[in-house]
Amino acid sequence: MAETKSLIGTQNKKGQTYTDPRRMLFEAPRTPSFYTGSEVIKEAIRRASCDVMIAYPITPQSEAAALIGELFAEGYIGDYFRGESEFAVMSQCAGAAFGGARVFTTTAGPGTMRAMENFPMWAGARLPIQMIVTCRGINSPLSIQPDTLEISYLMNTGMLVWHAETAQDFFDWILKGYMVSEEPDVHLPLALCCDGFFVTHTKDVVQLTPADMCLPPYDPYRSPVPCMDMECPPVRMMRDPFIMKSNYISYATHASWQQEIWAAVERSRKHTIAWLDGLIDAENTDADIMIVASGTAVSQGREAIRMLEDEGVRAGLVKVKTLRPWPGEEIREATKHAEHIFVPEFNVTGWLAKEIRATVPNSDRVHAGPHVCGGMTMPPEIIVSEIKTTLGMRAVSLAGRGS
Amino acid sequence: MSQYRVMPGPEHFLPPAAASMGIRLPNPGEGHIHGVIVPEEQAMEEAARQFLLAKVPTIFPGPLVLWAWNEKAAKKATAIRHLYETIKECVTPQQKPMLIPMPDYRPKYPKINPEVEINPNHPNLTIWHNKIDCCMFVGVHCHQANLSLKIIRGGTACYTIAMCAQAGHEDAMLSFRDATYEKIMRLAETVKKLKGSVKFNPGAGQAKASH
Repeated sequence: MAETKSLIGTQNKKGQTYTDPRRMLFEAPRTPSFYTGSEVIKEAIRRASCDVMIAYPITPQSEAAALIGELFAEGYIGDYFRGESEFAVMSQCAGAAFGGARVFTTTAGPGTMRAMENFPMWAGARLPIQMIVTCRGINSPLSIQPDTLEISYLMNTGMLVWHAETAQDFFDWILKGYMVSEEPDVHLPLALCCDGFFVTHTKDVVQLTPADMCLPPYDPYRSPVPCMDMECPPVRMMRDPFIMKSNYISYATHASWQQEIWAAVERSRKHTIAWLDGLIDAENTDADIMIVASGTAVSQGREAIRMLEDEGVRAGLVKVKTLRPWPGEEIREATKHAEHIFVPEFNVTGWLAKEIRATVPNSDRVHAGPHVCGGMTMPPEIIVSEIKTTLGMRAVSLAGRGS
Repeated sequence: MSQYRVMPGPEHFLPPAAASMGIRLPNPGEGHIHGVIVPEEQAMEEAARQFLLAKVPTIFPGPLVLWAWNEKAAKKATAIRHLYETIKECVTPQQKPMLIPMPDYRPKYPKINPEVEINPNHPNLTIWHNKIDCCMFVGVHCHQANLSLKIIRGGTACYTIAMCAQAGHEDAMLSFRDATYEKIMRLAETVKKLKGSVKFNPGAGQAKASH
């Protein structure tokens, strides 16, 4: 029922032109720029027509949050403030989104965990908030280095969860993320994750769209739930939950509500495929050995493949771009010829390997590892070593290097 | 393509959301019938046929057409009224078309009055009470429509149609997308066109769609 009056072609107060997102992201000229990942986040938000950004400092996301504060000072963001804690930030994000704003926030590691109660609430209320998660250690002993454990918790919140490999992914996916999560049949929050420091604090050449183009603003009247109506669900459910009534239909309503969130995750599939050009990228899918990874483990896997090639071992690669929606069919297809599937991960639990084991037939093909954790770096040599050891080839240990 | 089909119920104690069973929404210019993507024209004809076959064909308009919050909504409401009047003209005296509003989504306790409205959280009550065997949702926010459509599929034998202004609804047995004033008027025209060619049989109950 949205009004059809389009703002495309008109200018905002900063002189940016509201541009058709497909033209902006797929056709407009790009300028190579040498930026850190945090600076790239700022540049994406400059073009995202965000109404509200709410921040709370936690390493390694603090720099991105501070840079977006500069954007606010320059007039590119409608409102910007610091919350009292991560929990407060996420609650305040919900309030802004309930009010019909396009909302952005960033977090990391323990901050993500502290705010966790809010994420299923965001999803249940169908709030298309975008949250950057610059992953870092969450467990004790504490680490500020990248460790992807928090992603495993986010995957069951009902949020969309994407895992960027590079700063270029970040730039494009922040903007595309709004396009997917604001679709009326999706309308869910997005956790756009990256491995903190490796992406946020590393400089890279990133192809940027023109700074004088920006996304059309969010249209809250396309929401699948009433906008800013305190008497209607989802808001009223907070004080009058269906499940408080002991009858079948109340249970059915509550259960159907939860099912509807996961149905919306499924509906995001077709939009995500169109914007990200598929939920995975795959190469050498006819190889006996496949490396399946997400985030910067993909980069390490890519380098490992090059090193294996030097030794006459051919391997393929699957880059998992989205974790929710889960690309089950795509992974099954890409790994159908593989005798061995290796899943290198920057976390101790191996959540990605578990997901893949639950997805592919003959799951004993899946080797959960190598693992590093606590933010430790993953040299491609240890992926090579893991593969060679499994194949019965002689591999050199790297453990003595630091002595 | 998914083998799952969205059929009239009662389906299950807690039926799955059709999207989770692999049912996909139509693209512009298409509709779906039981989860199978078809050209919009085919969906239009099938919807009209279902209205003419039903003993109590019913339209459930939601807030997006009930409240004149903009010109487009007001115009769409006139089209809904026209569709209802057309169905009334085209059915036999044994059939009883109804127009039951869904003015808001607040949970209503201890009970709703199914004589006068449908509560999206208790849609089965309205359907049972009025013996509705075919209904169409229009102007209902998508999330609320999906909840209601799924509960109806779970607990009743009602054939559900969703005339959606956005992307459509997998949880209806038949759904259109991008609904406009013109599209609702076209559905009314289709009902009129099929008048007399669809035989209502009071003993047969609601006929299943032809797919």
